[in-house]
Amino acid sequence: MGAHYLATGFGWNLIRDIQAQFQYAFMQHAYTAGAIVAIVAGVVGYFVVLRSLSFAGHALSHIGFAGATGAVALGVNPIYGLLVFTIGGAVGMGALGKRIYGRDVVIGIVLAWMLGLGVLFLSLYSGYATEAYALLFGEILGISQTDVVVTLAAGMVTLAAIAIMFRPLLFASVDSDVAEARGVPVRLLSILFMVVLAISVSEAVQVVGVLLIFALLVTPPAIAERLTARPGMAIALSVLLALLFTWVGLFVSFYLPYPVSFFITTLAFTTYLVVRLCIYFRQRFTKLSPA
Amino acid sequence: MIDNQLAEKEITGIPEKKPRELTVSLQDAAVQLDNHQIWNNADINVEQGEFIAVVGPNGSGKSTLFRVLLGMQPLSQGQVHVLGEIPHRGNQAIGYVPQRRSFDPDVPIRGSDLVMLGLEGLNWGFALPGPAQHRRRQLVEESLKAVEATAYADRPIGKLSGGEQQRLVLAQALVSNPRLLLLDEPLANLDLRNQIAITQLVARLARANAATVLLVTHDINPLLPVVDRVIYIAKGKMVIGKPEEVITTSTLSRLYDAPVQVVKDINGRLFVVGLEQETAHPHEHDEH
Repeated sequence: MGAHYLATGFGWNLIRDIQAQFQYAFMQHAYTAGAIVAIVAGVVGYFVVLRSLSFAGHALSHIGFAGATGAVALGVNPIYGLLVFTIGGAVGMGALGKRIYGRDVVIGIVLAWMLGLGVLFLSLYSGYATEAYALLFGEILGISQTDVVVTLAAGMVTLAAIAIMFRPLLFASVDSDVAEARGVPVRLLSILFMVVLAISVSEAVQVVGVLLIFALLVTPPAIAERLTARPGMAIALSVLLALLFTWVGLFVSFYLPYPVSFFITTLAFTTYLVVRLCIYFRQRFTKLSPA
Repeated sequence: MIDNQLAEKEITGIPEKKPRELTVSLQDAAVQLDNHQIWNNADINVEQGEFIAVVGPNGSGKSTLFRVLLGMQPLSQGQVHVLGEIPHRGNQAIGYVPQRRSFDPDVPIRGSDLVMLGLEGLNWGFALPGPAQHRRRQLVEESLKAVEATAYADRPIGKLSGGEQQRLVLAQALVSNPRLLLLDEPLANLDLRNQIAITQLVARLARANAATVLLVTHDINPLLPVVDRVIYIAKGKMVIGKPEEVITTSTLSRLYDAPVQVVKDINGRLFVVGLEQETAHPHEHDEH
């Protein structure tokens, strides 16, 4: 990971720093792909938190891991393995509909086995360690131009899908009984959303890896929902935060010999902590002040 | 009078209207779930503008009746018409408030958003600003004003009290100007003051909109001042009639096929006594 700890040092002229970073193609790709992933994760993540699917999202990333390593063992680009397995898992979970709640034990068992399978597939492939690392923790600095194009295409598909489903999905997510009675196709939306989630997870794995999906998919919307109850605002905030964490994490990692995903997750976690503390103290303070 | 009618399984009052002209009409209807009869031989006629309480023990099939009317549960026998049509999902003329646990306190949605979803949640895409959206906003505000919830409509719904949440879900059901209101246990988890307030609110709004109301409840008493007739479901049987005809010792004893007594206190409140031995009609489904 010392590879990107370069001689060009950090200076307080941020514009110059960014220009210096953009000299390198891999940094351009990283910022672009990172931005796309962050925007998608911010939008999709809002619904993940709303529908209480964070564990399902987590499970999908592990299922994807088995798919990706299987693909690598077969000599195929891992993103295809990721997509096939996550979409398969998504359809299965989406078909469960509301019955998915309370099934976290079953999901956990499947997820653990998927990781085991992934380890097996990795051992069949000679480039064991780096491949494993990249899939588990993300290798945003290893993104090629083709990867950026694929990420952009997948990103646009997911955002278009969410835009089309937006109102019925929101309705079904907060009020599924009434929505169903009104004629909203709740089961179909459940499956479609899980597929959208699968694609977003597959994308996000490139940036933060399988184990750290939560940092982009769950933490930003979780922060947003503490700050506003308006759906439009919450999504915008969620996207902004995800973008901030990704870009700042990238920027900082250029100068320090530590993994990008560490910075991203730390920024996310710290922000979450600070927001919660602020809210807590503000409540305490307003209770203490005279009425 | 009702005893004879019950014995001959006739409906209370000969309908002068054909099924298609009534708001709700069930003819010899039955529902079966998993080889289990929930209720059968149901003959019910509800006219436009009536306020009907639906009462009965847990598991008797009250929520099932609603599911039938909403087109989500087919009959195993007989016929049903709602507003002159075969029931189908997505009937915009029906306002529905399901049995509800309260909203998660962290759910990031406002009451006004919930009511708006009642109006446009079925449309694909997202709302674009324009005259149609402006009109919808107005309808939402009117609905919120009618239930007196304007003051807290912009707060996260999970943080509101039970009574406040009930007003908002009522506003959601009313916003599309329904002709039939199906309210499943709207008074549960409310204190007596709120029960009375919500009851009067529903009665007032229904009258103003000329809507018919079917309201499921465990306790008929808060509703006695406003209710026209009562549907009582127990042991697979369903009867309809005025409260003083249905909630009587003789009628309920016949329904339950057991010695049941109806006692009236000095305030006119009705108490059903003798049901301790009764278990709910056995069922596998989570229903009412």
